Amino acid sequence: MNREQVLHVARLARLSFTEDELEEMARGMNAILAYIDLLKRVDTAAVAPMAHATAPANVFREDEPAPSLSPEEWLQAAPWRSGPFAGVPRFVEE
Amino acid sequence: MLNRHAVELGILAALALECRVAPESVFARKNYFYPDLPKGYQISQYEQPLATDGRLTFAVAGEPRTVRIRRVHLEEDAGKSLHGDDAVRAAGHAEGYSLLDFNRCGVPLIEIVTEPDLRAPEEARSFLETLKLVLEYTGVSDVKLEEGSLRCDANISLRPKGSGESGVAVEIKNLNSFRFVQRALAHEIERQAALLDAGRPVVRETRQYLEATGTTAPLRGKEEAQDYRYFPDPDLVRLVVDAAWQERLQARLPEMPAAKHARYLDELGLPEHEARVLTSSLPLSSFFEQAIAQGGEPRAVANWTVGELCRLMNAHAVSPCELKLTPAHLVELLQLLDAGTLSRPLAREVLEASLLTGNSPRAVAQARGMTQISNEAELTLLVDRVLSAHPGPVADYLGGKERALGFLVGQVMRASGGRANPQTVGRLLKEKLGREG
Repeated sequence: MNREQVLHVARLARLSFTEDELEEMARGMNAILAYIDLLKRVDTAAVAPMAHATAPANVFREDEPAPSLSPEEWLQAAPWRSGPFAGVPRFVEE
Repeated sequence: MLNRHAVELGILAALALECRVAPESVFARKNYFYPDLPKGYQISQYEQPLATDGRLTFAVAGEPRTVRIRRVHLEEDAGKSLHGDDAVRAAGHAEGYSLLDFNRCGVPLIEIVTEPDLRAPEEARSFLETLKLVLEYTGVSDVKLEEGSLRCDANISLRPKGSGESGVAVEIKNLNSFRFVQRALAHEIERQAALLDAGRPVVRETRQYLEATGTTAPLRGKEEAQDYRYFPDPDLVRLVVDAAWQERLQARLPEMPAAKHARYLDELGLPEHEARVLTSSLPLSSFFEQAIAQGGEPRAVANWTVGELCRLMNAHAVSPCELKLTPAHLVELLQLLDAGTLSRPLAREVLEASLLTGNSPRAVAQARGMTQISNEAELTLLVDRVLSAHPGPVADYLGGKERALGFLVGQVMRASGGRANPQTVGRLLKEKLGREG
């Protein structure tokens, strides 16, 4: 990971970093990727991919309404609101 | 945690579309940073969807066509977003903002993807209408496009003449009605053909349909990242659908519209038009089936339901769900008609009153003193009066003009306030005029 790649990911995540932090991030990510490279040396051709540490299936909840955050509470977290809508800086171009 | 009911609705939709339901499927995170889903990813299915390899047969101009269904999967809905200066201004807000309504965010959604088997905009529309009906019958959605409980994106590419390869596909969003789907596709065909004819490439992109102009325009995200970094959702475990579960759901699947249509034609002997109108509305076909279950003669019930009842519902803006008139009421009305108690015009009047009030036809007829006059002595008096009042038509009829008889019958009906039995009146008139038979 170089500085540009970290900047790209940061922009997608809407995060901003100082130059020092950028460098630190790149170093940290490279260390993680190096460790993944190490793991990749293990031959897993005969092993099915595992997504969970435990392996149950079909954990369901019933379709029962339950209290949740009210629209009022929800909208307090919006950067800007009007009526039932949360307003955000426009995110498509025309 | 996964909502069991949502999973079952997804399986029902898949079975209705004759899909193969996967014995095991997996939920994935589709990662993207977009304000319509604030947690930064959408729960969806990617490599192992709920179901694959289905089909749906529909009719285009009376000819059957089959579209293959590539996959049916479950995901969560995102918030509804409003952008564009017009939409934002219409909602009373400043430009430069997108507005988000999070009410449907996180609600389970069934996504159905077809293979590229549709060849024309009108085919796409017929397919969608049939799909909507199947989903409505299956009960997985109330299929209201205007409320967003059924939505559609359309992909379209052109294939150069003589080439087996389809060109670059463009995705169209913001299609709020099937009419718009047809228009947007027709417009895209023109737009892409013009580009290709000019030797210019079609760009792979997402476009939005603009209702005002009937055209499409690019819908560009400000993010260029198309890497969704799908990975299995750590919070959601595998979904395993065994044969027993699938069979239980298969048994819950109601008769599909095509099968119902065929049964109405073959077993009940309904005319094509009536079979089609009844099966293209679930509430209407339920009404019809309840009426015949209560002893109504299928063809008469169908005729009155599709004809008079639909006309009255339109005239009074009553939807089949809001109907106060019960199937039993219609059966009762037809019995009154059959017994000669009510003439057709009176039966129509009674039907309208029952539809508006919910009172039974018998009660309406009694309250209004509407019983048909079949008493010949009473009718003979009316016939005599009409004959002496209209010597002209009488002479015409005697001179061979059959149509004059209709006029005279009409006059007697009028004199009786619509209560005379028209067959009896016709016979009495002929007898009086000496042209029996």
